[in-house]
Amino acid sequence: MKQLMLGNAAVARGLYEAGCSLISSYPGTPSTEITEEAVQYDEIYCEWAPNEKVAMEAAFGASLAGKRSFCGMKHVGLNVAADPLYTMSYTGVNAGIVIGVADDAGMHSSQNEQDSRHHAIAAKLPMLEPSDSAEALQFTKLAYELSEEFDTPVLLKMCTRVSHSQALVETGDRVEPPAKPYEKNIAKYVMMPGNAKQRHPVVEERTRKLVAWAETAPVNRVEMGGTALGIITASTSYQYVKEVFGDSVSVLKLGMTNPLPVELIKNFASKVDRLAVVEELDPIIEDHCRKLGLEVLGKDVLPMIDEFSQNLVAAALGGEVHTGKALNQAVPGRPPVMCAGCPHRGLFYTLNKNKCTVLGDIGCYTLGAVAPLAAMEMTLCMGASVSAIHGFNKALGGESEGRTVAVIGDSTFMHSGMTGLANIAYNQSNSTVIILDNSITGMTGHQQNPTTGYNIKGDPAGKIDLEALCRAMGFNRVRVVDPYDLKACDQAVKEELSAAEPSVIISRRPCALLKYVKHKPPLAVNKDKCIGCKSCMKIGCPAISIKGGKAWVDNTLCVGCGVCEQLCPVGAFESTGKEG
Amino acid sequence: METKNIMIVGVGGQGSLLASKLLGHLLMEQGYDVKVSEVHGMSQRGGSVVTYVRYGDRVYSPVIDKGEAHCIVSFELLEAARWLEYLRPDGQIVTSTQQIDPMPVITGAAEYPTDLVAKMQAAGAKVDALDCLALAEEAGSSKAVNLVLMGRLSHYFDFPEEAWQEAINACVPEKFLELNRKAFALGQKA
Repeated sequence: MKQLMLGNAAVARGLYEAGCSLISSYPGTPSTEITEEAVQYDEIYCEWAPNEKVAMEAAFGASLAGKRSFCGMKHVGLNVAADPLYTMSYTGVNAGIVIGVADDAGMHSSQNEQDSRHHAIAAKLPMLEPSDSAEALQFTKLAYELSEEFDTPVLLKMCTRVSHSQALVETGDRVEPPAKPYEKNIAKYVMMPGNAKQRHPVVEERTRKLVAWAETAPVNRVEMGGTALGIITASTSYQYVKEVFGDSVSVLKLGMTNPLPVELIKNFASKVDRLAVVEELDPIIEDHCRKLGLEVLGKDVLPMIDEFSQNLVAAALGGEVHTGKALNQAVPGRPPVMCAGCPHRGLFYTLNKNKCTVLGDIGCYTLGAVAPLAAMEMTLCMGASVSAIHGFNKALGGESEGRTVAVIGDSTFMHSGMTGLANIAYNQSNSTVIILDNSITGMTGHQQNPTTGYNIKGDPAGKIDLEALCRAMGFNRVRVVDPYDLKACDQAVKEELSAAEPSVIISRRPCALLKYVKHKPPLAVNKDKCIGCKSCMKIGCPAISIKGGKAWVDNTLCVGCGVCEQLCPVGAFESTGKEG
Repeated sequence: METKNIMIVGVGGQGSLLASKLLGHLLMEQGYDVKVSEVHGMSQRGGSVVTYVRYGDRVYSPVIDKGEAHCIVSFELLEAARWLEYLRPDGQIVTSTQQIDPMPVITGAAEYPTDLVAKMQAAGAKVDALDCLALAEEAGSSKAVNLVLMGRLSHYFDFPEEAWQEAINACVPEKFLELNRKAFALGQKA
């Protein structure tokens, strides 16, 4: 039956049909829905792991035990999991293992736009790249066949436009894979130098075999059309090429982007007058062509930055470019903002007011860097706030200890903040770490994590006690504060910054978007009382604006959190008394 | 047939995902090849959001580029103006007249432009502007703006009424069905 399916949902369907038994992932846009969608299939055990490295190792364990497994992550998550990845290349697998990695060219929701194909090359692993939902399903199944035939983990590379586009797919039935009982094999699975030396030649030989497979594999497809121009392309770029040129050019569509075929490419090049490579981000296929001595058009006409589109490809290669008419005036931007009632807002207001230097982390609260709160000065990667404040304070000593804080969300803290905290406890910097505990993984759309007490299905699960954890690491000063209470926040921040030892503040209140959170009635401004001082505007709440010189509350957005009320010098905010 | 393009634009959190789900279902049932492209993640937090819906005999690109949209459906006036350049010269805008101040306007760094409907018309666009929020509230919930817009949009396409109703039945949870049917009808009649 044909269904309209999100690329990520199609991967999940492929996992089901391929007989996958275990999925362990960490959420990250644009990869998250693969695992969320797989939860509907009872035959697959699914879980959120604390981070991508743990997820990949759990998947590896399942493969070793003889069950087909999967782990999914975003591009930067693969950096976290790179350690097991590179050595799993040597051990190979027992049952098939597929690693889903979703790139984010254009950085819709990411801190960089690295190209994951480099990991496939460096780890010497095969990588499949679907260009739409139908291929996402097919390639997922193919990935397991390759994994078991070539004894290798297989990377399935998605990107924002494949992950988050719905297209028609044909679904099939689940086929249980052949049994692969676990067998002790020290030479294959214990990667100490003596054994690893034996395995490296196996890896190189495997790549030679995979190149041979790539030469004739149906996923690397030639679509002959006009021969004045031949385009080698993959992933979503293929769709832009076909959109612009249809059959007027010839196309070599690569479904496997590592390792790349040699004869297939040379042969294709010989049939066309001019050769071009259309690939987002880095010139990987293009460099491969140049190494083969082919003259090729690529990054000299196409950008290495941002995602592509049909107009961009048309402009670069002589297709028809469409244009429209813009408004004859500038339109104000609409950047993302913390939601009305976001528990992070009160805390960031406090940090701004106390002129703190704030080292931040990855999550919704990264928006604390945006005006008017503008209370974040660094965001690097998962967990870096906690590790970096230690170095910052060691470098500057007393100069920074009394005014610098690290802020990190509950899920990010579990992901890789704990090890940074261990460093503070062990090497003793007088650092203040604030855990923004909103009881959920927020930015990626509400996933459970080890601190929430629920598993991926919403069933009760183990729950890590943050206070007890911090105390066990040796922190004497651990306190919990409600970020809706500005006075308590201010007191906590002042006291912990002035304390002569490291401390942890847990700013705790559930995300305002969680369904179980009960809101107070929206507030309204009493126009007779409002003096138009704009004190309430300092918190950057999307529900408050100034209309005719007075504050005005949008009652469709306000959830009655009361933070603005605490800033008003004249008590102009009043409850409307009706539930919003 | 030539691929047709519909953009759904608005502010993150306004409910455009239901609108695109409904359209996707309707178009698939009509036998078209369909692609629907959404954005998840950070921009859903009150930022400018866009969904691309494309259908035809064979749809390649998942996105709609400048000058390609046959129709832009907008939940918010400024967002319709922001994406105007994506409209074809003969394209149609269907927009709610709701205005939501973006943060640069809230902080006073920018002003919300005035007379946007007239300005979009001056740029050559056909604009159908409607107070969808009021109609949604009339139907029973401010959250039903998406169905009001879909009702309005149905004017510009030759799909049978039953096809729209079937798509609503398929995409809306049972307990909200009556409300959403009413919202659709109000948008259609307006």
